[in-house]
Amino acid sequence: MSSKRQKKVLIISVLITLLCVYNILVYTSNNCEKPVKLSLEALHGQKLWQNNNCWSCHQIYGLGGYLGPDLTNVHSSPNKGANYIKAFLNSGIKSMPKFNFSEEEKNAIVAYLKHIDSTGYYPNYDADFSFTGWVNLKTKK
Amino acid sequence: MKNKSPLLFVIFALISLLLGIVFGLLSSVQYIIPEFLKETLPFSKLRPFHVTSVVSWIVLSATGSIYFYLIHIEKLNFFSKKLIKTHFFIFLCTGIAIYASLLLGKMEGREYLAYTPILTIPILIGWLLFGVNYFKTLKNQVSNWPVYYWMWGTGITFMIYHLSEANLWLFPYFKNHIVRDVTVQWKSYGSFVGSWNMLVYGIAIYLMSKIKNDNSVARGKTVFFFYFLGLANLMFGWAHHTYLIPMQPWIRYVAYAISMTEWIILLNIIYGWKKSLTKENRENYCMAYRFLMTSDFWIFLNLILALLFSIPAINFFTHGTHITVAHSMGTTIGINTTILLASVFFIVSKIKPSFNINQFAIKKGHLLFRVSLFLFWCSLLIAGIKKSHWMYFSENILFSEMQDSLYAVYISIFVFGFGLAISIVMISFPLLKTLIKVLKS
Repeated sequence: MSSKRQKKVLIISVLITLLCVYNILVYTSNNCEKPVKLSLEALHGQKLWQNNNCWSCHQIYGLGGYLGPDLTNVHSSPNKGANYIKAFLNSGIKSMPKFNFSEEEKNAIVAYLKHIDSTGYYPNYDADFSFTGWVNLKTKK
Repeated sequence: MKNKSPLLFVIFALISLLLGIVFGLLSSVQYIIPEFLKETLPFSKLRPFHVTSVVSWIVLSATGSIYFYLIHIEKLNFFSKKLIKTHFFIFLCTGIAIYASLLLGKMEGREYLAYTPILTIPILIGWLLFGVNYFKTLKNQVSNWPVYYWMWGTGITFMIYHLSEANLWLFPYFKNHIVRDVTVQWKSYGSFVGSWNMLVYGIAIYLMSKIKNDNSVARGKTVFFFYFLGLANLMFGWAHHTYLIPMQPWIRYVAYAISMTEWIILLNIIYGWKKSLTKENRENYCMAYRFLMTSDFWIFLNLILALLFSIPAINFFTHGTHITVAHSMGTTIGINTTILLASVFFIVSKIKPSFNINQFAIKKGHLLFRVSLFLFWCSLLIAGIKKSHWMYFSENILFSEMQDSLYAVYISIFVFGFGLAISIVMISFPLLKTLIKVLKS
């Protein structure tokens, strides 16, 4: 192997080693959330959320589609909450399809959204801005 | 022409592109007429169809281009020609299965990979076969690799890793913890896009060196410095997607430091190449050159946008709005698609030298493409600014009221999106017809 090629392989090896360390840290780091596992009911809600492509239109922490509103804190928002969520699920308002969720399924979706709500804020209205362009987020931990 | 397998990839890539724009247009109609196709093809189904189709366009055209260059331009003896065919049939069958999965509503996946996760296995096998064939072919036949060979090798390898990473949510360790789950999901998506960018930017550099007829574009310390910087970006620069998730701040610090330098990388390379190109070179590959110049313009626009929202204080206001969509459309259409169309023009010029690139449809299509995409992009930016204003600077206005106030902007998004769709049809159809003719001959 030529020395030029050796150098390139060495740089790639260093980068891959750094990536391995970095991945382990990302995969195992405790985030700024309350470290609570999803309950069985919430896991069922997560499955329904995925199987019905709710993410196509709705966002969690601003990630998802933009046809519908962000639902990160819908459970704790004033004038919203569990009944508000349930009322929307089977009503088919505007472009939202009419779902036929059973009461048990509606409760599962509410449990999932309630859990998400407990992990943090979005939009993060009380975040602090630094002159360096950095933003310190307000967390629920 | 002996081995036509690369053309099969390119033909199906163009078909995916055409399907993608149809699904994209239908989706945009639902922003202005919410009841449109709501019962048969709601937005929740249309979006996965659109995303799957356009991702297929990028992946298939990049793969087909690389196979074509290695077999027909570089004249390398492939390790296994059978593996190329097997790779194509695996991708074709998986593609059909994915469409069936979406049509039947068997969508157990997530955003961007909505299909049932079991279908990830054949996709991974396809990439693995591509990787084995690629490395085995180059190993003994090419010494002192130019940068594009490194980029393609990197793209294939990291595509396998990050596609697997995108499915880590199947394990309870990730699935049971919301923030970890979302963090890893978006980490994989960011790096997944970085991986296909390696393939596409490698194609851009390859085309530049062939158009200029000078391989020094793809060699030298500077170009490799930028390659390694791009690789570092692929690995660590994903977290600007997740600045607002309550994950550990150090992950965001790393991303803030490294994020988005890859635009500077390609801009620098193209700028240096354009400066030294002779008029004769440009005329020989006229259409490929024009599309590469279009991508140059979009790199510049996206560079400004990307640099701005890699600053957390600006990202705070742009995240979760159509400004993010403007950025992703600018990159996938403005940069990736223009480079890949340049590649298809290059391929067609090689297999059918008499192909008339100055025909009316292509010339006008290219003009319409540039104008429509720019206006489409501006409309998305306006929609994003208005949504951000609603999120942070207005009170007591419902989401539905905000959406209603954006009606005119959504109409403009549809109109310019329609223009974009027409232009892509005008450009793709003559290419597709020629490719099919050559395939049949």
